[in-house]
Amino acid sequence: MAYRVAVCVKPVPDPNYYGHVGIDPVKKTITRAGVPNIFNPADKNALEAALRLREPGSGYAAAISMSPPEGAEILREALAMGADEAYLLCDRAFAGADTLATSYALCQGLRKIESEKGLPFDFIFCGAESADGATAQVSSQLGEWFGYPQLWNVFSLEERGGVFMLKTKLENGCMEWEAKPPMVLGVARELNKPRFISAMGVVKSRKKPLVTWGRSDLPGADDGYLGLAGSPTKAGDIFTPDIRREGRRLSGSPDEIVAGMLSVIRASGAAAGV
Amino acid sequence: MHFFEFTEEQNMLRKAAREFAETEVAPRAAEWDERDECPLDVFKKLGELGANGVFVPEKYGGPGLGHVERAIFIEEISRHSAGLGMALMTHHLGVYPILRSGSEEQKEKYLPDLCSGERFAGLAITEPGGGSDFMGQKATGERRDGKWVLNGRKCFITNSHIADVTVATVKTGVDDKGRSKLSAFIVEKGAPGFAPGRKEHKLGLRASVTGDVVFNETTLDDKALLGPEGGGARLGMEGVSEVGRAGMSAICVGILRGCLEEAIKFANERILYGKPIAKIQAIQFEIAKIRTDYEAARLLTYYAAGLKDAGKPCATEVATAKYFATEASVRSAKSTMDLMGGYGIINEYPVGRFLRDALTSIPSGGTSHIMQVVMANGTLNDFHA
Repeated sequence: MAYRVAVCVKPVPDPNYYGHVGIDPVKKTITRAGVPNIFNPADKNALEAALRLREPGSGYAAAISMSPPEGAEILREALAMGADEAYLLCDRAFAGADTLATSYALCQGLRKIESEKGLPFDFIFCGAESADGATAQVSSQLGEWFGYPQLWNVFSLEERGGVFMLKTKLENGCMEWEAKPPMVLGVARELNKPRFISAMGVVKSRKKPLVTWGRSDLPGADDGYLGLAGSPTKAGDIFTPDIRREGRRLSGSPDEIVAGMLSVIRASGAAAGV
Repeated sequence: MHFFEFTEEQNMLRKAAREFAETEVAPRAAEWDERDECPLDVFKKLGELGANGVFVPEKYGGPGLGHVERAIFIEEISRHSAGLGMALMTHHLGVYPILRSGSEEQKEKYLPDLCSGERFAGLAITEPGGGSDFMGQKATGERRDGKWVLNGRKCFITNSHIADVTVATVKTGVDDKGRSKLSAFIVEKGAPGFAPGRKEHKLGLRASVTGDVVFNETTLDDKALLGPEGGGARLGMEGVSEVGRAGMSAICVGILRGCLEEAIKFANERILYGKPIAKIQAIQFEIAKIRTDYEAARLLTYYAAGLKDAGKPCATEVATAKYFATEASVRSAKSTMDLMGGYGIINEYPVGRFLRDALTSIPSGGTSHIMQVVMANGTLNDFHA
């Protein structure tokens, strides 16, 4: 069975440059100027799962991202890895989105692809969480927007005669599920080993479409759900914790020093009852 | 003049090659060196990645890219294992002449498998009498009963014991002036009378196999002749001077980047007198020198590869890149060891291996002295005061 699959992907800061990522104390946003992006690792597992479902039949795999223009680089990687088409949702109107507004925009984009192709997606994949925000909310929210069953932290996916056997990770174990498409899945890193991008994939990606859509390309979307206006999440106080250490010299006899140390520890509240 | 910049596609290819090298090569590179073995499983995966036939057109199973992309692959692999980089670059040396001069039948027969990683290739030219005396080859190919019969021994042949397909040059006669006529043949593993001989125990580049291949009444039909009879000298020389030496340069660019990254990592982590040694000027001088070597080698190497892709003469530029990059990698590996003090000679760190690999890169494809002769001849020809 050849399935039609969509994969949501996100560019995230390269962990090698985490030392250059900061927080703007006024805007309460992450500052990441000059920090290169990488493909969110779990999204690669999501794409791998999508490509396996598409192959070997004549299915269809689309990658979609809502991000600034730099997101195009990640989408080109998705095309080189094997996606058939890629869509970038990029507009100032989408900026400042929390997970809810992000999932709404993604839903609108995916609905538009379905409408243009005249066929719905059988699967919508996301990585279980992003390496930067790590909220792990978007896949569940997408499930709600679509009204599809959704599972999160999927680490096993097998097809048996049109029915899918899935396993999701729990803190102390796992749960087993049976499901039929359509469904939205947030996949764990353990689900598979993503393929490497090959030179042939890079060459083939030259001819694959990478479409950019702005606000005006999603006429059916409600501005109240997009960008900052559609984001109920408001950042509280954001600050860099003061982790300076202070040495203090205690003098006197050993007993006096020990008593002094205990007194300091008790006063700090770090050792109640000592 | 255009600012030197890789294309978006080349950057993506580098990213993909780097991810592969960090995942599949880096964790095992020291083990391959220690065991002196070529990792055929990873070599095969390089085929799936498109590295093995990177410059081969799509119709023969390659991605149809060029020599710049080839250098990118070799640099990224050699950053972690120059030995595997050597095996890959030598495989290209076997692939190139088939692509360049093979008949349509030969291309269709050999190239798809050599691209996919199903089979590996090598090039056998050098003989015990010396590699640089190219026309003095003693191995022979005689015409007997409508067949070619090859006899002789080739030495210092990389991929000798793993190649499924070896392109070899032998003397098939003399011309009117008494000069040797060399012809090239495609010899398959298992051909009667053809076998690898002694395996060398090398100082470096040990994730590649180097040794003898021996022809003992090896009988081949006309389909094994690669290019025209007597065309082996041109084919072999072009392969060595434009592809082999370019590959050695790219290997050494990889070693140089390894030196630079290891030096920076160590200098930032090693605390002396209460601060990282990266803050000490004497250490900074070393880092600056390694950076200079890396950047210069990189520019020379990719410039030469760009000339090759543009179809322009590049033998002098490739020899320049090879001369500089191999010598620079030795120098920088030594600088990195100096910077690391006692840790530099501990084999848990890869820098000692980098130095051995760099030293081993010098004679491959012609020593630094030979490179200087090639460069001088090219220069005397190109410049007129």
